[in-house]
Amino acid sequence: MWFPRLASDRVLRARAVDGPFAITLKSNNTEQIYCLNKRAERLGLTRGMSFADARAFCPDLISQPARPDLDARFLAMLRRWATRYCPWVGRDGMHGLVLDVTGSTHLWGGEAEMLADIQARAKRAGLTLRLGCAGTRGAAWAFAHFGTGKEALTDLPVAALRLEDTTITALQRLGLRNIGDLAEAARAPLARRFGPDLLLRLDQAMGHIPEPVTPETEPPQFATRMSLPEPVGLTEDVMGLTARLLDPLCDKLNRYEMGARHLTLTLRRVDQGSPQVELRLAAPMRDPHRILPLFERGVGEVDAGFGIDQIRLEATQVEPLPVQQIGSAQTSPDQLNDLITRIGTRIGLDNIQRVLPADSHIPERSFTIAPAAFSTPDSAWSCPRPRPLRLFPPEPLAGHGAEPPARFRWRRMSLTTGRAIGPERIAPEWWLPDEAWRSGVRDYWRIETREGRRLWLYHTPQNPGWFVQGEFA
Amino acid sequence: MRVDFHTVFPLRPARVHEVYGPSSMSFAAMAAAGACLWIRESWHSDTLMPQGLLPIFNPARLLLARPKDQTDALAVAEEALKDGALPFVVIEITRPLNLREGRRLQLAAKAGGTTGLCIIPEGIGSNAAETRWHAAPIFDTQSEDSTLMRWEIKKNKSGTFGAWNVRWDHKTRRVHVVSPVGERPGSARARS
Repeated sequence: MWFPRLASDRVLRARAVDGPFAITLKSNNTEQIYCLNKRAERLGLTRGMSFADARAFCPDLISQPARPDLDARFLAMLRRWATRYCPWVGRDGMHGLVLDVTGSTHLWGGEAEMLADIQARAKRAGLTLRLGCAGTRGAAWAFAHFGTGKEALTDLPVAALRLEDTTITALQRLGLRNIGDLAEAARAPLARRFGPDLLLRLDQAMGHIPEPVTPETEPPQFATRMSLPEPVGLTEDVMGLTARLLDPLCDKLNRYEMGARHLTLTLRRVDQGSPQVELRLAAPMRDPHRILPLFERGVGEVDAGFGIDQIRLEATQVEPLPVQQIGSAQTSPDQLNDLITRIGTRIGLDNIQRVLPADSHIPERSFTIAPAAFSTPDSAWSCPRPRPLRLFPPEPLAGHGAEPPARFRWRRMSLTTGRAIGPERIAPEWWLPDEAWRSGVRDYWRIETREGRRLWLYHTPQNPGWFVQGEFA
Repeated sequence: MRVDFHTVFPLRPARVHEVYGPSSMSFAAMAAAGACLWIRESWHSDTLMPQGLLPIFNPARLLLARPKDQTDALAVAEEALKDGALPFVVIEITRPLNLREGRRLQLAAKAGGTTGLCIIPEGIGSNAAETRWHAAPIFDTQSEDSTLMRWEIKKNKSGTFGAWNVRWDHKTRRVHVVSPVGERPGSARARS
């Protein structure tokens, strides 16, 4: 199966365009046409043409940038669809699929009927599809890409052998235009001139060397669902059903040594509404007894309406969770993780944080705050000089000169300096723009006041002024 | 009669206590001195600086919760106290607790065996609190870099009041009681 217009068909399926349409890809610093529809091709546009030229030819051309990742996902979807014809389906390049239909054609009433069915379904889905059916993978590829009707493999051009462009040009210069010419030519000089690759491709197409189809495995789906004969509405009932769904899900997670990080419980109501309960876990987990109580809060908030008749539980985000040895000396952090998850369902998992050391002299940037569920504690703290316990945005003080003021007012208190320790000069990090540090270097002083308060003051000599930024223990 | 400091200071476990005054944050850090959850509403502009916490305990053992208002803060506190995964929970309170809220916290602490400490603004103490402390820094004439403070117990459900001058010992990581200058035998005031 070859989808010659995979990229444009994908976009046009979602949003039909009545007119010329092209997908552009930026390569070699220019926008080039990567894929286009039939209408655009009829107007004389070709692949690889620069986008500016194409716009000149055809001013009403509609275009979109290429998304190779989405194309690959679309092809994976088509691969799954193709398993309806045979179980042995593999990918062939970026725009093709290869099916080993040996032994499954009779289920469709023969090869021709099967190909007609594939073609009809692809057409209904709005896909351009070219099919080739042959005894070998190479020959099928050749027919899909170059076949026009009822000709034999030997009549096809040499380009149908999946060769490099330089080899094709060289072969044509030698007068070997189609596969039949190549098959009749002496093998030894060809191998000497072009290397083993040419003969390998030829033999694969003719069936002298086998070329297997590699089917891809399905990625495991971590989801379970249940349809109910009668709608339910009580919280206990829904929790009971969730428990019944959790068991097979956790079994499956266990089998793949994975742990769920994000679970979604979809409750489909009789009136077609589908409220969802999201559960974000602080650590990957697959123990149903621990996950179930965490759902209680979310399920309790759901409005059941006239009742729920279908329920689906999916682990939307999973992480590897290898089996661990029991009885290691390290205490289990499970209880703490459960607590973080429970609090997280109330205030959001990002609002439970821990502090991590950061490499900076600037007080505000000498630590970072990270969500506890997505970071590990780090004890690499270093602090050569005492730092305040509380840090607040700088509050200006009335003070003059480079020496700390003997008396000052701060937050409606009049304070007397008892002892001043300093200065400690901290220079701004010029490589990071920071509005607060525009005033230049800072001379930090620890001020112990007679009234008791121990404050962290700083003076900005380049832009004279005094500020309070912190308070010591 | 005055109580001994060691009968009140590592705060009585499985209870919720209160502290107010300018040094209440230091009091909380020194009372926790280990793994703790610090609940602080997200609108506060000042932050706890981990380097300042370093002489008291390792900031890696600190967990911060940033609820958006006091209702959430109390819910989080109740959950954490009841769970008992962390031995100490600090809650910064901004509006007065009613008796029901105070009592619920107290019951949660009892259920989980966790110690709770509310940092309160002056004058809004809850009746349910086990003890209420006032902590204020005092100027140390003797040495610099000191953490001399006056801790005063203002309410005690099972005991009497007391006041102590204390400082934090960086090396042994514990609170030292310093006898007040005026009351030491042989000092100027005692002689007169």
